[in-house]
Amino acid sequence: MIKIAIIGFGTVGQGVAEVLIEKKEYLTKVVGDYKVVAVADSKGSITGDFDLNHALKVKRDKKRLPDGLTALEIVKNLDFDLLIETTTTNIEDGEPGLTHIKEALKRGKDVITSNKGPLVVSYKELMKISKKNNCNLLFEATVGGAMPVIKFVRRCLAGNKILSIKGILNGTCNYILSRMEKEKMPFKQILAEAQELKIAEADPSYDVDGIDAASKLVIVANALLGIDAKLKDVKITGIREITPEAFDVAMEKGYTIRLIAEAGNELKVSPRLIPLNHPLVLQGTLNALQIKTDLAGDVVVVGKGAGKRETASAIISDFIDLYANQTINFI
Amino acid sequence: MMLTLIVELKDKPGQLIKTLEPISKLGGNVIGIVHKREKITPLKKIPVEISLEIEESKIQRLIDALKENGITVREYNQVRLVTTSSLLLIGHIVHTDISDTINRIDSTGFAEVVDLHINMPQLNGPSTALITISATGKEKLKEAIELLINICKEKGILVVEPINEEFL
Ligand SMILES: NC(=O)c1ccc[n+]([C@@H]2O[C@H](COP(=O)([O-])OP(=O)(O)OC[C@H]3O[C@@H](n4cnc5c(N)ncnc54)[C@H](OP(=O)(O)O)[C@@H]3O)[C@@H](O)[C@H]2O)c1
Repeated sequence: MIKIAIIGFGTVGQGVAEVLIEKKEYLTKVVGDYKVVAVADSKGSITGDFDLNHALKVKRDKKRLPDGLTALEIVKNLDFDLLIETTTTNIEDGEPGLTHIKEALKRGKDVITSNKGPLVVSYKELMKISKKNNCNLLFEATVGGAMPVIKFVRRCLAGNKILSIKGILNGTCNYILSRMEKEKMPFKQILAEAQELKIAEADPSYDVDGIDAASKLVIVANALLGIDAKLKDVKITGIREITPEAFDVAMEKGYTIRLIAEAGNELKVSPRLIPLNHPLVLQGTLNALQIKTDLAGDVVVVGKGAGKRETASAIISDFIDLYANQTINFI
Repeated sequence: MMLTLIVELKDKPGQLIKTLEPISKLGGNVIGIVHKREKITPLKKIPVEISLEIEESKIQRLIDALKENGITVREYNQVRLVTTSSLLLIGHIVHTDISDTINRIDSTGFAEVVDLHINMPQLNGPSTALITISATGKEKLKEAIELLINICKEKGILVVEPINEEFL
């Protein structure tokens, strides 16, 4: 029996809980029996023997979980095998996720996370702790949401030397730029529209100034290129200064503009001119990466970078990756 | 057209003028002059390498004029601009003296602005330019782009770099 603690019970935490219920039969076949033994948000928790559906209902109705053990008490003391860490991202010091993940790893518990903060701040240290304690830290959901990247490169491109990785790691910026390209409207206007559609946050700076994309790039650089990179190593330029006229001029010559994160000789996130027929020219909130390798040449992945079920997809794939005790029968 | 010229000059006053005069008469623009004193010839002449900008159609007339002036032209070759890259500039491009920006690229001797397309939306608003730079080789192109980025940083202009290679 795999005992699971879900810490952070917002969009992603709830999405994962829903899929664990919805696909119970299938997942049990693949990984064996499992049970969620704790869920926690910033205010409270439910632990022990409880109905996960009930916990979801409580959270939806009351907007919070009832008083109970704190998240920290759970990761430090409760009996579980797997921590699913989906608390809020904090790229300054990684907290609260960093402490949650460290404590679990120190106890030899496996961790799956969608939270970029701890990895951006302490990738190397966390990997060291997991190795030392003979447990795993998986983080597919931190980069590109549902778009397969980490396991895709590590598994499917195994044996290749990865020369560079570049692409679109922020759906909000891609939405804004692709709308500017089509509508020829100013940045501010499209941003307001994106905020209305909840594609952009009320404070959009994390996205439009390139910081979110840079955070994901740091994880990619560490995990796939073996570069001991931190956020300060990324040269970052955002998209606020891009004008509609810039698209006119670019398009006359067969180019458009996208915010591209690139890890190769250097790490940078910046708006780039890109030929209109290039596979990284995408519309809307899609994410994409172009992986340059020595054997396979160029490989491109495209997918949804965010969303409740999309992000749950990445977490569930890590879950299966970690515990599948048989070859999955793909039919 | 960029040209490098190697002439051999006697080591006495007035020689360089004899070389530069025909260049300026033909509307050429000297970018650099390097005396290669360490490569002095057996006849005690000093090779001098001159890089200049001149119309392609006038190159032969220049060579002839130099010979008439008694200058030995050891070799000359057009600098081949083999790699090209386009970048987008956004900001106060004209106000910050676009011709200075172009000059600073052209005067490298290894790179040149070969095309410039400016769009000015309204008075005082930021304008956009697609600037195309050619250089003598890949590394030189990189160097020229680096230079452009630095110039633009100085002038507060945003540079949108190309994504480089086409997808294979
Ligand atoms: N949403 C996506 O599409 C997506 C995609 C990829 C990655 N991610 C990452 O996944 C994580 C979760 O995203 P989300 O969209 O689910 O965010 P969210 O809806 O804001 O949920 C965050 C959850 O973390 C809880 N939390 C905050 N501080 C806590 C603490 N000290 N102890 C325990 N719980 C705490 C919050 O509690 P309250 O409910 O009490 O506020 C909330 O339940 C973030 O790191 C995000 O960057 C999200």
